[in-house]
Amino acid sequence: MALKTEEMILNMGPQHPSTHGVLRLELELEGEIIVGAKPHIGYLHRCFEKHCEAMSYPQVTPYTDRMDYLASMYNEFGYALAVEKLLGIQVPERVEYIRVIMGEFQRIASHLVAIGTYGLDIGAMTPFLYCFRDREKILSLFEQTCGARLLYNYIWVGGLSHDLHPDFLIQARDFIKYFRPKIKELNDLLTNNKIFIDRTANVGILPLDLAINYGISGPNLRASGFKWDIRKDDAYSVYNKFDFDIPVGKGTMGTVGDCWDRYYIRILEMEESLKIIEQAIEQIPEGDVTSAIPKRIKPAVGQVYSRVENPRGELGYFIISDGSVNPFRVKVKGPSFVHLGIMNELLKGYMIADVIAILGSIDIVLGEVDR
Amino acid sequence: MIYDFFFKITGSNIIASIIQSLLPLFIFILPFALFAVWLERKVSAHMQDRLGPMRVGKHGWLQTIADILKLVQKEDIVPNEADKPLFNIAPVLVFVGSYAVFAAIPFSGAFIGSNIDLGIIFIIAASGFVVAGILMAGWASNNKYSLLGAMRSAAQIISYEIPTVLVVLTIIMITGTTNLFTLSEMQTGHFWNWMIFGGPNFGVAKFIFIPFMIMNFIIIYISTLAEVNRTPFDIPEAESELVSGYHTEYSGMKFAMFFLAEYANMFAVSAIVTALFFGGYQSPVGYLGNLFGAHWLIPIEQFFWFTAKGIFFVFVQMWLRWTLPRLRVDQLMTVCWKYLIPIAFVNLIIIGLITVL
Repeated sequence: MALKTEEMILNMGPQHPSTHGVLRLELELEGEIIVGAKPHIGYLHRCFEKHCEAMSYPQVTPYTDRMDYLASMYNEFGYALAVEKLLGIQVPERVEYIRVIMGEFQRIASHLVAIGTYGLDIGAMTPFLYCFRDREKILSLFEQTCGARLLYNYIWVGGLSHDLHPDFLIQARDFIKYFRPKIKELNDLLTNNKIFIDRTANVGILPLDLAINYGISGPNLRASGFKWDIRKDDAYSVYNKFDFDIPVGKGTMGTVGDCWDRYYIRILEMEESLKIIEQAIEQIPEGDVTSAIPKRIKPAVGQVYSRVENPRGELGYFIISDGSVNPFRVKVKGPSFVHLGIMNELLKGYMIADVIAILGSIDIVLGEVDR
Repeated sequence: MIYDFFFKITGSNIIASIIQSLLPLFIFILPFALFAVWLERKVSAHMQDRLGPMRVGKHGWLQTIADILKLVQKEDIVPNEADKPLFNIAPVLVFVGSYAVFAAIPFSGAFIGSNIDLGIIFIIAASGFVVAGILMAGWASNNKYSLLGAMRSAAQIISYEIPTVLVVLTIIMITGTTNLFTLSEMQTGHFWNWMIFGGPNFGVAKFIFIPFMIMNFIIIYISTLAEVNRTPFDIPEAESELVSGYHTEYSGMKFAMFFLAEYANMFAVSAIVTALFFGGYQSPVGYLGNLFGAHWLIPIEQFFWFTAKGIFFVFVQMWLRWTLPRLRVDQLMTVCWKYLIPIAFVNLIIIGLITVL
């Protein structure tokens, strides 16, 4: 007679060191093999979208900071673009350039966290601290510009809160010069490490059709081999003035769309961001950054959907205006929330250790999942 | 010998034995653990562009003592659902396992806890205790993470004992002794007499041995790393997966016992590697005591050399820990069963043939 066995239910999180925030994964285990996974979210829900309905348009900006707290600049960027589209105003060229520079710096900072914590998930602690050391330099740049290190409230509807400080461009150039070799160092230490490759290649393969069906965007979609980047394909701001590549996953170490590809895409994107910043620094025009800020924002009745390529994927804002000073509805389409949906499909059949590897490679921020 | 010394002073063999068995704990393991924890933090900090502990004492050298004091003061929490007797015995058992190993380690010509003829076999047997302790801890905590960690740990330690024993067997075949004291004495003279350089014998055999000995050393070093659960084999306590594995539910002094056992184990395995391959307590270049005719100096020098070699290997363990990522459970088993054990077997056969011829 066969011995009766039953699956073990393991609640991973909300208090777990590598669920990247307060995510609870309900794992069904057969030994160490995963039979099913159910993500439970909502531990960090702060009613962001409802709050916005009681705020005037400029007052929403600080709230957008607090969604994806690793990419605050980009959240503001997206929101500002959406409201400007609703109002139909044009911002000075200098503002656009500064926004792009800040956005790309934010992308590097965000990818550094993603890469560093991914190393930590796999068990290498040192790359994590190297990444944070470099991210610190970007945060100092932000701090010198707008006074805040994490939640900036810098990109306003119609302009910016401050112009760049006088040394900014020099320091940005210094950073680019400093950071390029550091990417190589990171590749030596982690990317091409045999153990790291063993842990990530051919693990958590996300086929392209599945990715598209689930609405995956950003680096995760590109890692599956589809060249799609809103910065290029639906260019906003001044992105069409820069020359940069969109890296796609090639399955160098294993299969296209595995964890290693998703990790490596982020490394490549950091280099592309450096390229964009370099060009933007060269081309940046003079001008007044606060001239186009409207005194009173009261858009006409209507609605707008605007999307940007946030470090994690497509960040869309859907805003309905009823003609008053407060938005009637602000709906956010966040990449982390969409990406979390695929966990059940991705995790089946892998081991507990792979859960961490896969979750880390998807790179979610729970602040944005729950909002 | 220490035992004879205390026997002469106290006139009682019981007191002499007790003192002799406590001596390594107080003069060596505790200070070493304190030092090693500090060293680990400093090594990791400097590798990661940080300073590490700097506040307590100069360069934070008192930090570990402060930490231990904090742990002593902490409330001893036992989970409600835990199996209390097992939960309480487990850390003691783990500590006993790693402490017993020190009995047979020859620190210097004049100081070996117990000069048993089966020294190396005893060490392997005693370190097997640790597995039982870890399994007990994992089971008694009544926590799923602890249980997973304990299961992984047991599988890992038992698997990796096989290559270790195979390598030890080759050494036994060459030297014909299992007594670590005799083994260390055989490697006397200069460093070319160490086992890694083919041992004390002369002739062609010595040079044929060298590549196999280096291979043996690599195998035993990898498997001892796995036996003490250090990165890249720290799967049982993988903090990013299993929170902290089998000691998740432990706090206060019981946690400190696990911690102490881990660092004691780190030195124990380094000591075994040193004794087997790197001449044990023998100096690589000769003794100052011989030079000046002060023979009482020699045991102290030997103690210094042994500790220095041991701490060097502990340092390498730390170095690896802060550089490498972690393997997955199945990959860990692959390394052991598909690579280390077959290679160790081939080594065993070849070295056996050479010895016979």
